[in-house]
Amino acid sequence: MAEAALVKPLDDPRGERVPVIRRLLRDRKVVVAGGFILFLAILAIFAPLIVPIDPLAQDLSNAEAPPYGFTGAVPDFLLGTDDLGRDVLSRVIFGARIALTVAFVAATLAAALGTTLGLAAGWYGRWIDTIISRLVDIWMAFPAVLLSILLVAILGSGLHSVIAAIVVIDWTRFCRVVRAETMAQARMDYVTAARAIGFRRGAILLKEILPNIVPVLIALLTLEMGIAVIVEAILSFVGLSVSSDTPTWGGMIAQGRQIVHESWWVMSVPLLMLCATVIAFNQLGDGLNRALDPMLRR
Amino acid sequence: MAEPLVLAADLVVAYPRRHNLFAREAAPAPILKGVGIVINRGETVGIVGESGSGKTTLGRALLGLVQPLSGTLAFDGASLIGLDEGALRPLRRRMQMIFQDPMSSLNPRHKIGRILAGPAVLHGMASNRATALGLVAEVLAKVGLPAAAMDRYPHELSGGQRQRVGIARAVILKPDFVVADEIVSGLDVSTQAQVLRMLQDLGREMGLALAFISHDLSVVRSICHRVYVMQEGVVVEEGECAALFAAPEAAYTRQLIDAIPLPVRDPDWLNADRAAFETRSSTAPQAEDIS
Amino acid sequence: MTESLLSVRDLGVSANGRPVLRDVSFELAPGEVHGIVGESGAGKSTIVKLMLGILPRTMEMTRGRVEYRGRDLFALAPAAFRALLGAEIALIPQDPLTALNPGRRIDAQLTDGFRLKRKLPRREADARAIALLEEVHIREPHRVMRAYPHELSGGMRQRVLIAAAFALDPKLVIADEPTTALDVTVQKQILRLIRGMQERHGTAIVFVTHDLGVVAQICDTTSVMYMGKVVEQGPTDRLLTAPAHPYTAALIAANPRYDRPEVGLTPIPARVIERMRAEIAADDSHG
Repeated sequence: MAEAALVKPLDDPRGERVPVIRRLLRDRKVVVAGGFILFLAILAIFAPLIVPIDPLAQDLSNAEAPPYGFTGAVPDFLLGTDDLGRDVLSRVIFGARIALTVAFVAATLAAALGTTLGLAAGWYGRWIDTIISRLVDIWMAFPAVLLSILLVAILGSGLHSVIAAIVVIDWTRFCRVVRAETMAQARMDYVTAARAIGFRRGAILLKEILPNIVPVLIALLTLEMGIAVIVEAILSFVGLSVSSDTPTWGGMIAQGRQIVHESWWVMSVPLLMLCATVIAFNQLGDGLNRALDPMLRR
Repeated sequence: MAEPLVLAADLVVAYPRRHNLFAREAAPAPILKGVGIVINRGETVGIVGESGSGKTTLGRALLGLVQPLSGTLAFDGASLIGLDEGALRPLRRRMQMIFQDPMSSLNPRHKIGRILAGPAVLHGMASNRATALGLVAEVLAKVGLPAAAMDRYPHELSGGQRQRVGIARAVILKPDFVVADEIVSGLDVSTQAQVLRMLQDLGREMGLALAFISHDLSVVRSICHRVYVMQEGVVVEEGECAALFAAPEAAYTRQLIDAIPLPVRDPDWLNADRAAFETRSSTAPQAEDIS
Repeated sequence: MTESLLSVRDLGVSANGRPVLRDVSFELAPGEVHGIVGESGAGKSTIVKLMLGILPRTMEMTRGRVEYRGRDLFALAPAAFRALLGAEIALIPQDPLTALNPGRRIDAQLTDGFRLKRKLPRREADARAIALLEEVHIREPHRVMRAYPHELSGGMRQRVLIAAAFALDPKLVIADEPTTALDVTVQKQILRLIRGMQERHGTAIVFVTHDLGVVAQICDTTSVMYMGKVVEQGPTDRLLTAPAHPYTAALIAANPRYDRPEVGLTPIPARVIERMRAEIAADDSHG
């Protein structure tokens, strides 16, 4: 049968399609925010090699020295020192290690747990959905802070309890969204078509529905990373995070708060880093959402 | 072969209520209230109705995609009632569906090649990649699409092309029975003509039994042997197309036919609701004027 | 000699340099119903958007003139143009579901025109609205007034929209595929209603549709469009029974008919498409 003239010509299959990577790189938000986080990650990974001074080393003779450029600055300490003479720059870089570790690990685990339960609830429905939905409702009724403190009290302070606290509280966010998205996709005809063909239910969930949920998931994941950084900062601010030797942004803010009038840089630097990182995660998520979405819904 | 391919009687279908721990289980309103249908091998049967008639649900019920509350349904002599997915799977190869909106019935994240090869591989028609690609190329040619379409995503094709892919997916398994659910409703009249011609050719070539669900009686008249008219979950009338359109018996059927504007000006059409349809062919008109 | 109510001459619209409307011309006398028929992409909805002043930003009018009652529509100041809309030029939209604000009751939406344009007090506006609902044969107008759009059926919503269109006694109504989303039995009722309103108010209608049957029964004259170009134009009767242009003939042949199953469903021949493409290319290079 002759190819009808009224249809879109199929001569160039790849012509219109822009590869995902290039589309991502075209979005300014993705590039700037992603670049910043990448830079931070590199700093964090190679921290022991690149920091100028040992973050734990105290130099009481140079305590509360201002950053470079201000009167009274000491050349070795680019961003000044705190009340125990410890280098702020080095401590902030080491703080990034904690922040990013928590961000990546906690967000990923929360996503994994929440997504699995959300997919199950949305796809299999009925009693599975009832149980999981009620679980989410009850869970979200607990005050998050109380739950964190409880967990830390049980597990003892340390990175593992911070991560556990975040996962335990935030999986519900993923579960709800993924459940709703799954149910929306399940109503689409391509899912009915898959059933009519005879694919197994589990296969349909993983091979047909999940790929369509990935964009939402990625955006949510980056958002969650930002949240994780803040939660870690809060917990270390109140001293519930890692041991007080290890530098954390929250801990630095707590210490710096007491001397903020005399030595403003001790609190400001970690605070700025915190803000910049969270903004970067949010912007990255925003950019990813937009960059990945048109591919889906052209 | 006297025995019909699809035989259904007294089908009652209702969509289940959402599971709710504390809700009283009130009986949900049924969408199909006792529907029967017969489809023979190689036959094209139309199922027409307006919104709320239940025609889409009937189509899905015939393929075992919704379980009826009661009634009988047999495919090639074997009952489909009460069968679980495992038992239904081998039968699925022989009955397939084409959907209305090809944008939502083709997974936007899968390439056309994968969409078409999937069923073939699942049902054992192709054990390796080369065979699968061969089958895909063959079926694409059958629906008038170039093999290059394999590498494309659904959004990179036009509406008519996507609909052809939907048809290709239905016939790649070489089924005996296909349900076409409003497959030309969103298409231009010229694209519609192409798609229907192709479907008819394919149907004849493969000896397909076709259940053609549509709200458009004119299309049904053109391509169907027999037709079932549905309204609010029941079959109001059924019969051979020519006879039914020439002399419809049920009032609803007459109302439905009368409501269709023909592309020839008729000064009486707008203001009179004729209860009977006067055929424009040579058979004697049977006009009954009911005001 | 009656002066044309609406005069469209050599209208050209482009989107990003690509022509969307090519030298579209038609005239509308007061009280005349003119159909614009064509397949998707023919440019029908572009004409509608242009006349309502809502062309998307990616499109621009490149040439031509639209005169309403002798005045150049696009030379008007924005305030004057807005004054015309709703009062003299009204729209019956395509999708009754999305055309009504789901968050407002019917009475609020129906009385908008009266309160805004005629500055009527609330009670009088409500009374007029009820009279309108009765005119469109809605049986329980008071109940419908207090209802939200989602509580009404598609047919009833379309009746409300028709009432809204005719509320201020417009001279020109643009009907943009008003029955496409409706069941066929409801469509007939709505078409009857539109024709009735049109006759009673003496309104001219530009009726956009893809359905040849609708055009045959409702429209006095018709323009057939393809790819932004008016292919043929004239009294509907003549157009459909003795089409002059092969595209019109092909379009008619592609339409299925329940009374003549042997004609219809003929795909448009490739040579007709080629001829259209050639004609359009020739026009573009001269223009």
